[in-house]
Amino acid sequence: MSKDNQILEDLTSKEYEHGWSVNLEVDEAPTGLTEDTIRWISAKKEEPQWLLDWRLKAYKIWLAMDEPKWANVHYPKIDLQSLKFYSAPKQSNKPKSLDEIDPELLQIYERLGISLNEQKKLQGIAVDVVLDSVSVGTTFKDTLSKLGVIFCSFSEAVKEHPELVKKYLGSVVPMTDNYYAALNSAVFSDGSFCYIPKGTRCPMELSTYFRINAANTGQFERTLIIAEDNSYVSYLEGCTAPQRDENQLHAAVVEIYAAKHAEVKYSTVQNWYPGNKEGVGGIYNFVTKRGICAGDYSKISWTQVETGSAVTWKYPSCILKGDYSIGEFYSVAVTNNYQQADTGTKMIHIGKNTKSRIVSKGISAGHSQNSYRGQVQVMKRATNARNFSQCDSLLMGNRCGAHTFPYIDIQNPSAKVEHEATTSKIGEDQLFYCNQRGIATEDAVALIVNGYAKEVLNQLPMEFAVEAQKLLALTLEGSVG
Amino acid sequence: MTVIKSNKSTDLFLDHVVSHTDFSALRAKGLEFLKEKGLPALKEEEYKFTAISKKLEQSISRFSTAENIPLTQEQIKPHIFEGFNGDLVVFNNGVFDPSVSSVSKKGYTFETLSENQPELLGKIAKTEKDPFVALNNVFFEDGIYIKVGKNQKIEQPILFLYFNQANKGEVITPRLLIEIEDGAEVKFLENTISLDEESYFSNPVTEIKVGQNAHVHYCRFQNENRKSISVNNFEVDIHKDATFTSVVISMAGDLVRNNLSLNLLDTGCEGNMYGLYLLNGKTHVDNHTNVDHTKPHCQSNELYKGVLADSSRGIFNGKIFVRQDAQKTNAFQQNNNILLSEDAIVNTKPQLEIWADDVKCSHGCTTGQLDEEALFYLQARGIGKENAKGLLLFAFAGEVLEYIAVDSFKDYCLHLVQERLGSNF
Repeated sequence: MSKDNQILEDLTSKEYEHGWSVNLEVDEAPTGLTEDTIRWISAKKEEPQWLLDWRLKAYKIWLAMDEPKWANVHYPKIDLQSLKFYSAPKQSNKPKSLDEIDPELLQIYERLGISLNEQKKLQGIAVDVVLDSVSVGTTFKDTLSKLGVIFCSFSEAVKEHPELVKKYLGSVVPMTDNYYAALNSAVFSDGSFCYIPKGTRCPMELSTYFRINAANTGQFERTLIIAEDNSYVSYLEGCTAPQRDENQLHAAVVEIYAAKHAEVKYSTVQNWYPGNKEGVGGIYNFVTKRGICAGDYSKISWTQVETGSAVTWKYPSCILKGDYSIGEFYSVAVTNNYQQADTGTKMIHIGKNTKSRIVSKGISAGHSQNSYRGQVQVMKRATNARNFSQCDSLLMGNRCGAHTFPYIDIQNPSAKVEHEATTSKIGEDQLFYCNQRGIATEDAVALIVNGYAKEVLNQLPMEFAVEAQKLLALTLEGSVG
Repeated sequence: MTVIKSNKSTDLFLDHVVSHTDFSALRAKGLEFLKEKGLPALKEEEYKFTAISKKLEQSISRFSTAENIPLTQEQIKPHIFEGFNGDLVVFNNGVFDPSVSSVSKKGYTFETLSENQPELLGKIAKTEKDPFVALNNVFFEDGIYIKVGKNQKIEQPILFLYFNQANKGEVITPRLLIEIEDGAEVKFLENTISLDEESYFSNPVTEIKVGQNAHVHYCRFQNENRKSISVNNFEVDIHKDATFTSVVISMAGDLVRNNLSLNLLDTGCEGNMYGLYLLNGKTHVDNHTNVDHTKPHCQSNELYKGVLADSSRGIFNGKIFVRQDAQKTNAFQQNNNILLSEDAIVNTKPQLEIWADDVKCSHGCTTGQLDEEALFYLQARGIGKENAKGLLLFAFAGEVLEYIAVDSFKDYCLHLVQERLGSNF
C-alpha cells in the first residue's frame, strides 16, 4: 500500500507542462457582460448588422436562462460579471504571411510544440491558431483555396462568406439550446470556419490550436464545419492554457453539417490547465458540440482525448437525420487530482437504417470524479437503427469515482441497441502476468492503460495520436491501481 | 430562478388529509415534506418518463381513502394458487382483514402497527427519499408488523393478497413492516388483485429489515386492472452475511411505478433483484431500482427483462452505488427488452456510481427484436411463425421466472405468462 501511495503521490505532484504565460500587449473588452459588451465586441470585429442582431437576440434568450445543475460536477458559481469577454493580442495590421506575425506569438506556439513554420514546411497540416479570443494565423490557405476549400478564422468568414455563415450559423446548435450555447452565441469572439465543396476530399488534416493566455478572461470560440455532398475532411483541435490560481471559463460551440455522402472526422486533444493538485485554479470547460448528418449516407465521427480542465461538461453529439447515416464517438477521459469530468455523447436516430457506435474509456485517479453521460434515442420512424455502446471505467486509487449515466430511449421495434459498461481496476493477474515476463510494474501499468485506450487512440490521426499517447503516459506514468 | 410550483395533485391530496392520533411524528414529517416539495412535478429527473402527478389528476376523481367492502371466501379462493398451504394475509383496500386471513404465527409474531407501535417504522423507507413515501406516511390507516424470530426457518411461504377496489374514496395506502431476526429464513409472496374495473390509486410502502445471516425471498406479482395506478415503495436493509432476493412480475395496470431499494449495510451481504414486465395495451410500467453497496465483500445481481406490445411503455432505471468503503464489491446488472410494436416505447437508464477502486461492476442493456435466425430455425422445423414467436418469448421471459423460489407460485406465474404470450402477442 505504501508503494501505491508513493506512486500516487508522484502522479499527483506532476506539474502541468503548459502552465506558463507570456506577457503580450492585448486589446481587452471591459470587464463584465452587458448589451454594450456585445456591441463593443461586434464593433471591434467590424461585424455586419445581422450578426449583431443575432448576438443580441441570443443575449436576451440567455438572460432568461438558468445555469444547468444536472451535471455530476460541483464548482462554485461563476461570476460572469467579473470576466472579460474579449481579449486579443495587439497587432497593428492583419499579417499577410507567417513572417509578419509577432515573433513573440510564434514563440508561444513553439513552446507548445506546434511551430507554425515547421508545421507548414514539414507536416503538411493546415493550422488555424486561436489565442485567447482571436485567430492569429492560418497556414496553407492558398493550397486549400485552389481546391475550393475554405479554411479561415470565423471573423474572416463573416466578412468574406457571409452567405454561408448566415445559412449555417446556429442551424445545428440553436442559440436556445442551453445556457452556455446561448452565452457563446452572444459573445463568441472567433474560431475556425471550414467549408468543403462538393466532391472534394480535403488533402490534409485541418487543425485549430486554442490557447488561453490572458488572465480573467473567458474564451468563447465558435467553430463551424460544413461538408457538402461527397466530401471528406478530418479536423483536429488542441487546447492549452497557462497556470493560474483563478478558474477560467471556456464555453465553445462547435457545429458540423454533413450533406449527402459527406464524411467529417473531428478529433480533439483537450489539455486545458486542470488546476493544481489541491484543485485550485483550472479551466471550466463547458462546451457544446454537435453535428448533423443531414444527407443520406453521411458520417460524423468524434474522437476526443480529454486530459485537462478542472471541470469538463461536454457531449459531442450526432443527429442522424439522413437515411443510412453513421455517427461515431470515441472518447478517452482521464481525470486526476480534483478534476471533474461529465462527458459523453448523444446519438439521435431519425433516419432509416442509421448506425451509431459509442466507445468511451474513463480513467480516474487521485480525488477526481469521472462521469459518462450518454443518450441513445431511436425515433419512431428510424427503422432498423443500430447502436452499440461500450463505456468502461478504470479506477486508480480509492479516492476517485467513476459514474455512468446512459439514457436509452427506443420508440421503434426494429431498433437494435446494445449497451455495455464495466468498472474495474487494473487486474492483479494482468500485472502479475507482465511481472512474470520481466516487465516492471510501472511499465506494465502503462502497457495495460495504453491497451485499454488503444481502441480510441487508434481513431486519432497520426499526428495527434503521438501527442495523445504522450499525454496519457505523462498523466499516468508510474501509477499502480 | 424558476420556482417549482406545488402541483395540483398535491393539493388534492392535502385537501383530504384525515388526522390520526398515532405515529404523529412520522405523519407530521410526511405532511411537511408534501407541503414543501409536493409530488413530483413534470420533468423531475426521478420521474422523468412517468408524469405521475398529471396522471393522478386525470384519472383519480376522489382523493380520499377507499372504504373497505366485506370480502367473502369465494372472492379470495380463485387467487390462492394450487399447492399453497402456508399462511395467508389478506388486505382489504390496504387494511388487514382478519376474517378472511389465516395466520398461524408459527415462528413469527404478527401484529398491527397500532398494536405494536414499532420504533423501526419509517426508519428504513425514509420520508425524504420519495414523495410517495411521505404521502403514505400521511395517509396509511393501519399496517402490519411481522417479526420473524431468531433462527426460525419457516418452510411454507407467507402469502399477502391485496384486494383493491374504489369505494367512496379511491386512495389505498397499505403499509407493511417486516423484521427478520438473525439467522431466520422466510419466503414471502405477494399478489395484488383488483375487484372491479374502476380506477383507483394504491400507494403501498413495504419496509424490511434482514438481520445477520438471514435469508429472505420476496416475490411480487402485479396484475391489476387497466385503470389502476400504483406507486410501490419497497426498501430493504440487509445486514451482515444476509441474503435478500426480490422478484417483481408486472403484467397489467394503467400506470405502475416500482421503487425498489436494497441497502447492503455490512460485509458479506447479497442482494438480488429480478424483474419481468410483460406489457400490452396502454400499460406503463416504471421500475426504479437502487442498490447501495456501503461495505466490502458484498454482491448484487440484477436482471430485468421486458416484452412490450401495443402502445405500452417500459421504463427501467437501475442505480448501483458503490461507496468508498465497499471494496471487493461485485455488482452486475442486466436489462433486456423486446419491442413488438411500432407504438411501444422503452426508456432505460442503467446507472453506475462508483467510488471504490477494487470492484467488479458491469451493466449491460439491450433493446431489440426476436432473433430472426432462431425464428427461422424453428420454422424450418415445422413450427408455425406465431407459435415460434410465442416459444421464443416464453423462453426470454422464463429466465426471470426461474428465480421464483416457491415452485407452486412459479407454476402459477408461468401459466399466466404463457396465457398472455399465447393470446395477446
